[in-house]
Amino acid sequence: MIIAIPAEADSLDSATCVSFGRAPYYCLYNTETESSTFMTNLAADSAGGAGIQAAQDLVDQRIGTLITFRLGENAAKVLQAAEIAILKALNLSVADNIAALQEGKLAPLEEVHAGFHHGH
Amino acid sequence: MATDLTVAVLSGKGGTGKTLLSVNLAAVAQKATYIDCDVEEPNGHLFFKPTILSERVVTIPKPVVEQSLCDGCRICTAACAFNALALIGKQLLVFNEVCHSCGLCTTLCPKKALTEVEQPLGVVREGQHGTVSFEDGILDIGQSEAVPLIKALLRNKHKDLVVIDSPPGSGCLVSEAISGADFCLLVAEPTRFGAHNLAMVHELVQILGKPCAVLLNKTVEGAENPSEEYARSHGLSIMGSLPYDRTLATLTSEGLIASEELDHYHAFFSGLLETIRKEAADASDTHPQR
Repeated sequence: MIIAIPAEADSLDSATCVSFGRAPYYCLYNTETESSTFMTNLAADSAGGAGIQAAQDLVDQRIGTLITFRLGENAAKVLQAAEIAILKALNLSVADNIAALQEGKLAPLEEVHAGFHHGH
Repeated sequence: MATDLTVAVLSGKGGTGKTLLSVNLAAVAQKATYIDCDVEEPNGHLFFKPTILSERVVTIPKPVVEQSLCDGCRICTAACAFNALALIGKQLLVFNEVCHSCGLCTTLCPKKALTEVEQPLGVVREGQHGTVSFEDGILDIGQSEAVPLIKALLRNKHKDLVVIDSPPGSGCLVSEAISGADFCLLVAEPTRFGAHNLAMVHELVQILGKPCAVLLNKTVEGAENPSEEYARSHGLSIMGSLPYDRTLATLTSEGLIASEELDHYHAFFSGLLETIRKEAADASDTHPQR
């Protein structure tokens, strides 16, 4: 299974990014090979709908789980349609959040926010 | 002499006195149209209490998917500039509140799986209060796209004086509301926050090349006025000041139009309107707009 985590930088000791859709990178961690890759979030600079596009890109990477601090409702709809598990990140590095997941310390993300998008 | 003139009244924040000024300027004119463009929270009707003569639903086209026709080619998701579409497995998701109704996806779809369907956005109303023609727009609750409603509201062509009661701020809604204005009257409060917001709208009207002036509202004799300081240091013409007055606040809280209730307010707003007409005429002589 592939786990995705929004990251401030492209390294495992980087901080987990507080934003989902506007994160500069995503760490993609493969639990079978125990290897990680970093993906630049091309949606980060979108004028709007960044969360939707970022979620689409992660679904296309066939992730099974997302660890994030927060999530907008549109991105949540995309991820839920793809039946991706969404867990609440702890205030830890990317690597430590992966470890926390594997130790069963992460709870499901309970809330999604209404997003920051506007019609104008 | 009364000539055709569209005046927009705007401010960088709510509660500075846009509606107070707009309503009274229209009320003292011999013949005027008042248009409440603050479609997210229109309140001009509370003062004019107009007889509503017509009400029209404004719709906006949104793409609707026929999933059985979609073959997952992703042309639409790749083309959408607003990321309003996502394809998950065989399911095409449409996010209406992100969609800008540009029609590109429905045009490009090779399978005709996407079609535009008109969906209600709000209403525009026309009414009458004495010699004042009244128009406003009311955005439906839950809708976030006010620009198309403002466009629909400003579609009518008018003669004589038109007073546009702008939405607050200096964003897209305001640029749309004042797009046809010949003159912009900025309203500002005597606070630092007020001066900051004044600077924002002043920048907007300068970008749009509109002649403008400021009216200092809620002024207090002898007290400092950061908005006045801003105007003086930025070459912004000051068209007058309206002192803070508890009587005016009380009339307003009761939904009454000050210029219809008190002679000295009638005189104040008539004088203000004359000054606006004169400055607008001078501005159009030196900088013909249209």
